[in-house]
Amino acid sequence: MADVWTPSPRQRERDAYRRDRTRRSGLAAAASTLVLGGAVVLALTTSPGWPRVQHTFFSPEKAWSSLPAVAQGLWLNVRIMLVCAVLIAVLGMLLAVMRTLRGPIFFPLRLFSAAYTDLFRGLPLLLVLLLLGIGVPALRLQGVPKDAVFWGGTALVLSYSAYVAEVLRAGIESVHPSQRAAARSLGLSHAQSLRFVVLPQAVRRVLPPLMNDLVSLQKDSGLIAVLGVIDAIRAAQIETATDFNYTPYVVAGILFVCLTIPMVRVTDWFARKQGFHGAGGIV
Amino acid sequence: MSLLSVQGVRKAFGANVVLDDLSLEVEPGECVVLIGASGSGKSTLLRCVNLLEVVDDGVIELEGQDITDPRVDADATRARMGIVFQAYNLFPHLSVLDNITLAPVRVHRLPRVEAKSRAMAMLERVGLQDRAAARPDELSGGQQQRVAIARALVNEPTLMLLDEVTSALDPELVGEVLDLLTALRSDGMTMIVSTHEMGFARQVADAVCFLDGGRIVERGTAAEVLGNPRQQRTRTFLSRITTGLPGTVQDR
Ligand SMILES: Nc1ncnc2c1ncn2[C@@H]1O[C@H](COP(=O)(O)OP(=O)(O)OP(=O)(O)O)[C@@H](O)[C@H]1O
Ligand SMILES: [Mg+2]
Repeated sequence: MADVWTPSPRQRERDAYRRDRTRRSGLAAAASTLVLGGAVVLALTTSPGWPRVQHTFFSPEKAWSSLPAVAQGLWLNVRIMLVCAVLIAVLGMLLAVMRTLRGPIFFPLRLFSAAYTDLFRGLPLLLVLLLLGIGVPALRLQGVPKDAVFWGGTALVLSYSAYVAEVLRAGIESVHPSQRAAARSLGLSHAQSLRFVVLPQAVRRVLPPLMNDLVSLQKDSGLIAVLGVIDAIRAAQIETATDFNYTPYVVAGILFVCLTIPMVRVTDWFARKQGFHGAGGIV
Repeated sequence: MSLLSVQGVRKAFGANVVLDDLSLEVEPGECVVLIGASGSGKSTLLRCVNLLEVVDDGVIELEGQDITDPRVDADATRARMGIVFQAYNLFPHLSVLDNITLAPVRVHRLPRVEAKSRAMAMLERVGLQDRAAARPDELSGGQQQRVAIARALVNEPTLMLLDEVTSALDPELVGEVLDLLTALRSDGMTMIVSTHEMGFARQVADAVCFLDGGRIVERGTAAEVLGNPRQQRTRTFLSRITTGLPGTVQDR
């Protein structure tokens, strides 16, 4: 019975209309993009200073020769970002959960979490980097690492987990209390309700802002260059120093953007796969 | 001319064909009650009429206009109807009053003062004038349901869709909502009501429609369909709920 349905002519006409409209909006989008993009390119390339701009920022030879060094620096950025992201997720989650604990015995934990987020959200990242990366090794304490990457990473983790904790806490608090009540009514403990009911909903909701933090982390991983580590930005800077041609900066910029875009698309796709449409849908 | 005319509507979710070539006519001022087993598609039909679901096939006409045509303005069409959901769907971040005045102010562009006085009148009608400042969370289920009805009514819809408005209410409150709907009907409001309460159906229905297998199997007055069903499937359904839920079939 289910298989014998064939759309009526009227339905086929409607479907055709919808398809047509989709196609038309696709065409309109493409056309307006082309026209606007063309206009921008034309305006740029015909402007009087363009040859100089092109030579200093978009020189193909310089780009090619600086690419290996910049790419190698970028690889360091990527590794720092990946390791830090995992640590930040763990620490941020811990802080967020601490902050939502109820009951007087947990007061010290709540207080610690609140004080921590207040402190590290307030401190400029650069300051934390300098304090840890230059200040701590200068103490020459026994058994304390001197590695700039280590201290740079630590500074990133400390600062970012404060932001991430706040985002997660907002997510946790946005889950309606009735959800927790329903979970508790089934006999789940406080921790289980949090783990199986509240957090999954909370994390899904705050995935976009978390993604923002991840992208921002990727870029800020470049700040550890101030500790003398050769990452993509520092490598580009070294390349520019020889001839004052700034193309390597552009190369580094393009590489950073190329890393970000797939990351954002993958999260979008993942969120959709999880069946999370937010307020989208047909209405 | 019918106020609402549903012709050969089909709606499937994946392989699950919920509405299959379903047709239904509703005359102005008529109160049509939909009955049928859980999962038979009562809510889906109401959501299709309100354009919250896109039908796979068929036509739905409101006052002679084909509203399933993709060219019609769905928002404007919805603004002509009121729907009350099975789960109330009140906005938890707004007070009762703001829930009710949202559409009059934002959609129908009423001055705020007038929207407010209308909302208060409507709240009085559903007996909740003293809870105007409360948040939905602070209300009982029955009170929330009445706010939801008030929210739909305040826009003076030409057609009201009510999805199991009494399923969460105690018998006394069912009586209140029933009185409200009876009053509405005598005001000439056209309504489609889905319910599991046969007593409720008897009291307000001009016509009772039994939904099964994606179609309306039987349509008639409450006395005909509930008292003396023609179709075997209707009889089976009614006998099941009589034996299963003795309380719901008794006459009020
Ligand atoms: N969004 C959806 N996605 C997939 N299937 C759906 C969706 N909405 C409804 N269904 C399915 O459609 C069928 C009819 O659902 P519907 O809610 O219309 O039933 P109902 O008659 O209102 O039942 P009840 O009396 O329990 O409220 C069910 O089998 C349900 O699983
Ligand atoms: Mg339903």
